[in-house]
Amino acid sequence: MIIQSVKMAWESITSNKLRSFLTMLGIIIGVLSLVVMVSLVNGATGAVTDQINSLGNDMLSVAVLDDKGVPLRLEDLQTIQADDAVLQVAPSVSAQMTAKHGYKDAFVSVYGTTSAYYDINGLELECGRFIKTVDVENASYVAVISKEAEEELFGDDSALGETLNISGRAFKIVGVLKENDSMISMMVSGLAVYVPYTVESRMAGQPYVSSFCVSARNATDEAEKAVKDYLLARFAKDDNAFAIINISSVSDAMSTVTDTLSLLLGGVAAISLLVGGIGIMNIMLVSVTERTKEIGIRKAIGAGRKSILMQFLIEALMLSLLGCTIGLVFSWLILEIVSVIAGSITFTMSFGTVALAVIFSSAIGLLFGLYPANKAAKKHPIEALRYGG
Amino acid sequence: MQNKKTVISMKEITKIYNVGGEEVRALDGASLEIREGEFVSIIGPSGSGKSTLMNIMGCLDVQDSGKYLLDNQAIESYSEEELAKIRNKKIGFIFQNFNLLSRMTAFANVELPLIYQKVPASKRKELVKEALAQVGLLERSEHKPSELSGGQQQRVAIARALATKPSILLADEPTGNLDSKTGEEIIRLFKELHKKGHTIVFITHNDDIARQAQRCIRIMDGRVTEVDGV
Repeated sequence: MIIQSVKMAWESITSNKLRSFLTMLGIIIGVLSLVVMVSLVNGATGAVTDQINSLGNDMLSVAVLDDKGVPLRLEDLQTIQADDAVLQVAPSVSAQMTAKHGYKDAFVSVYGTTSAYYDINGLELECGRFIKTVDVENASYVAVISKEAEEELFGDDSALGETLNISGRAFKIVGVLKENDSMISMMVSGLAVYVPYTVESRMAGQPYVSSFCVSARNATDEAEKAVKDYLLARFAKDDNAFAIINISSVSDAMSTVTDTLSLLLGGVAAISLLVGGIGIMNIMLVSVTERTKEIGIRKAIGAGRKSILMQFLIEALMLSLLGCTIGLVFSWLILEIVSVIAGSITFTMSFGTVALAVIFSSAIGLLFGLYPANKAAKKHPIEALRYGG
Repeated sequence: MQNKKTVISMKEITKIYNVGGEEVRALDGASLEIREGEFVSIIGPSGSGKSTLMNIMGCLDVQDSGKYLLDNQAIESYSEEELAKIRNKKIGFIFQNFNLLSRMTAFANVELPLIYQKVPASKRKELVKEALAQVGLLERSEHKPSELSGGQQQRVAIARALATKPSILLADEPTGNLDSKTGEEIIRLFKELHKKGHTIVFITHNDDIARQAQRCIRIMDGRVTEVDGV
């Protein structure tokens, strides 16, 4: 019976192709906007979240804004590291300086740090090594440079083992970092050159740790609390004296924003699906009136209410599902095109989005098909037979 | 003839319509009996209530009072869904304007009542072919109604009525939309079917056609008078 109803519905849909297509258009556009909007938001969210995570998701950045006459020293960082919630601590004191190699020079960010910085920030070496504890203790003039800085100052040549002049001092380059493809970290760190903390503080004439980074043993929130407690105790309970940036809380906030965004856009798209459903109801009502005679004939030769109801309901369902399928195909095409245009970001239809579209359009088909189908089923056979002659 | 089983038994059937606040007694105590294998015509002028009688006989409508037994089953106690089943199994309708579904082929039209009967596909094919063969249109089974002449369309409709092997064939002015020559052919087909043992009742307002039946029932102002053996 179901197979027969599907066959009948198919016949009736194909017998008036233009009308069926126009009826489906509402659903097509609805599904299209739903899937494309949600997928675009998801794709953009994914890309931004990746960028943020690449900054180090389990990392805290701390900046001391007002040292109250009791500035932090390297030894104090050891005290912070002693806390159970904290895994590693490294200073990240930076200064903008000019670096020279041969005739080339560039404006670079010089970071004075320790060996722990490497792990905390999840850096990767292309060659050589990172700053070692010995370098910090001996205040050796060694530097590790980023790939971008290498390209800027050395072109295609390898910088490893070469000498770099920063503010009149010669540094031996002991390591080159891998290229970081994250746009945000590129913006944040610029052309980075890492030198031992002791060297940097000597150059800057300021032997204090004004900023440092912390990695958490477990949850970043716990580490944040530990660091905050320590700093509050140190800086006379003034929480304006320092700033802690928790990257994971940034990405949490980000995902809240994008969740709201996709809900909002999805909601707008759902409204257009609803309008599509009304279109289906409208045409189904016209179709029921037009086919009054057919309904009469079917009833006279033995179709019960249920069969007629089924037939029209399946027709409405098929219309909306067909529209949904076409909408999904177009969505896929659009997302492919957008992905090509956007380049670095790929937009894909997630299974969840597709399922949402299918479930939503079937629900719409059933909901708006029910009234016309019921109207058809309730027709009296004699009156229906008499309709239109 | 008398020992044959009664297919239709109507006693004091009354049907009242309300037209513009006025009561119209379409049937007013009509009684009749039709036995298995009979070929009966019902004749009456328009407005005499013959269509109402036909609708009640065909279980499309239910009487207001009186008793109607179809195959010894009282019809008035059934729900609409059950009436549909009875129409499907026991009654083969043939209409004046054929009432074929224009989007479907002759084959599909004849198949339709069998689909509602939930007959399996292979058996359906067999029954449809059998029915189409009986009206001599087997080679036209893939044609749509618009590709067939009026007489052929009516024969498809007869095949549709025959397909379910009903207890009775009910024809409402089957020759009304046909020219006299084709009408004759249809009546001849009815006679053949009658010889094969089918029970046939048809309505007409044409005396000449009515006389070709075995028995003639006249209806006038909602009352039935038998004009036996015309």
